[in-house]
Amino acid sequence: MRSIAAIARNPACIALIAALAVAGCANKQVPNNAADLGLGAGGAGAPGSQQEFTVSIGDRIFFDTDSSVIRADAQGILSRQAQWLGKYSSYSITVEGHADERGTREYNLALGARRAASARDFLVARGVAANRIRTISYGKERPVATCDDLSCWTQNRRAVTVLNGGSS
Amino acid sequence: MQNLIKTTFMIAAMAAGLAMATLPARALVEIDINKGVVEPLPVAITEFISADGKGAEIAGVIEADLRRSGLFAPIEKEAFIEKISNPDAAPRFQDWTVINAQALVTGKVSETGDGRLRAEYRLWDTYAGQQLVGEQFFSSKEKWRRIAHIIADSIYQRLTGETGYFDTRIVYVDESGPRNNRVKKLAIMDQDGANQRFLTDGRAIVLTPRFSPTRQEITYMSYEGGQPQVYLLQLETGQRELVGNFPGMTFAPRFSPNGQRIVMSLLRDDGNSNIFAMDLRSRNTTRLTTSNAIDTSPSYSPDGSQVVFTSDRGGRAQIYVMGAEGGNPQRISFGDGTYSTPVWSPRGDLIAFTKQTGGEFQIGVMRTDGSGERILSSGFLQEGPTWAPNGRVLMFFRQPAGSAGPQLFSIDLTGRHEQKIPTANFGSDPAWSPLLE
Repeated sequence: MRSIAAIARNPACIALIAALAVAGCANKQVPNNAADLGLGAGGAGAPGSQQEFTVSIGDRIFFDTDSSVIRADAQGILSRQAQWLGKYSSYSITVEGHADERGTREYNLALGARRAASARDFLVARGVAANRIRTISYGKERPVATCDDLSCWTQNRRAVTVLNGGSS
Repeated sequence: MQNLIKTTFMIAAMAAGLAMATLPARALVEIDINKGVVEPLPVAITEFISADGKGAEIAGVIEADLRRSGLFAPIEKEAFIEKISNPDAAPRFQDWTVINAQALVTGKVSETGDGRLRAEYRLWDTYAGQQLVGEQFFSSKEKWRRIAHIIADSIYQRLTGETGYFDTRIVYVDESGPRNNRVKKLAIMDQDGANQRFLTDGRAIVLTPRFSPTRQEITYMSYEGGQPQVYLLQLETGQRELVGNFPGMTFAPRFSPNGQRIVMSLLRDDGNSNIFAMDLRSRNTTRLTTSNAIDTSPSYSPDGSQVVFTSDRGGRAQIYVMGAEGGNPQRISFGDGTYSTPVWSPRGDLIAFTKQTGGEFQIGVMRTDGSGERILSSGFLQEGPTWAPNGRVLMFFRQPAGSAGPQLFSIDLTGRHEQKIPTANFGSDPAWSPLLE
């Protein structure tokens, strides 16, 4: 049986939390999908693993309010993603576009779609084949941070690169 | 300065008898949508005579409908002097005028030989000492609430001169579970929150349901196929189908006034969204916008000749109007902030919208040329207005800061009569049905 204490003693989890903190994520942030982070797999990110991509490369970028412009800090992350995907070419990816809650539902679906397309276009420009990339918008339907102020909204305006198939 | 839109309605004075009256005589309720009715009309709604408790239940639903409209002030039953024992006979009018009941409702409920429900009601003008309406309705026993709503609509229409909206339903998104992983199900209920039931099981995210203006049919967006797309659902059969076969996400659907077309947004490969209309019979699609921008939330004018929509082609989200075949969109919103979710009133006179300004979300209305903007409600997060079929009341959803989830509210055009609509869980994206057949 897994207890909180057991998780806290798991070096993989501690390494993951530390890496997220370095990446500038507030502690309210919840990974989109724990399985993608390799929580059950152990290890701190073997080369070519999903965990390495998520933790060491960085699976997400953030946007300014009502903007789909790739910020300078995001360009570095996407460039690293493109390099990594070039090395591990068996993966296809889904780029998820998301918006914060400070917009209306339909507009935010469109905004999330534009953010996903911006991230995809950047990856393609860095050499990732377009046919390896699928995009989807979740609008404001899947926030990772759920408070009612800027500290959460900045985390929710994001594009997340999710690895689909391949070796892990 | 805002123009005063004022409508005065006359009520008829007709001879007694089980007949519908239509001739104007004097005003009982005066509706001024800018200032509201100064005093709601005091009315007395007596318990309908019945062998069981059904008469009291029906009168209770009628009373609640009229009270929620904000136009009527039902008088407490403790104040009644005359006890109605024969609802077919003329009441003692002075017993009702002395408690200031301007109108009186009497009725009885009985069972027909074949086991159906019969409800008869009469509406009386107490000061004129005359019957205004006498009608009877039949239904199966389990549909007694519909009978009550139909009678409330009849009373509303007779006293205001406007079509009622009580015999209607709301389709909406039921929300449960944590905010970062919400379960969303399509749900449907009567406009007063009764008879709630689910239309989907919650496995896929569903959003933005809209009623057909002509059939028991809704269109909505679902993530069930992996790619979010617009679907059509027949309410009576449960039959579902994908609307069109598009490569990208389709979203923000809405029916044309004749129910034959769906207008919606289609995501382009470059990340922008344009508006398309699809004929449901021929399956032909027409592209209405071509901008390199977000064009979404389209809504037809009630005559079907124009479409109002949201676009950020000017930099930020604003409201535009174009012809129903596309082309030459004209911006109509020019206030501070951004505007979205425009919805054309079924009366044709107003467009309801969500406005974001000063860190708040507002529900408002403007005339169709953008003039006469009035904000009806402001809050931390609220959006998505939908019109009652008579164009007098809006429903929307609101999530206050720090709250766990959104809830449904209605507000009339005066902005004075706001009501929380009860739902089993959290609720969002309400859409009002037309009057039921």
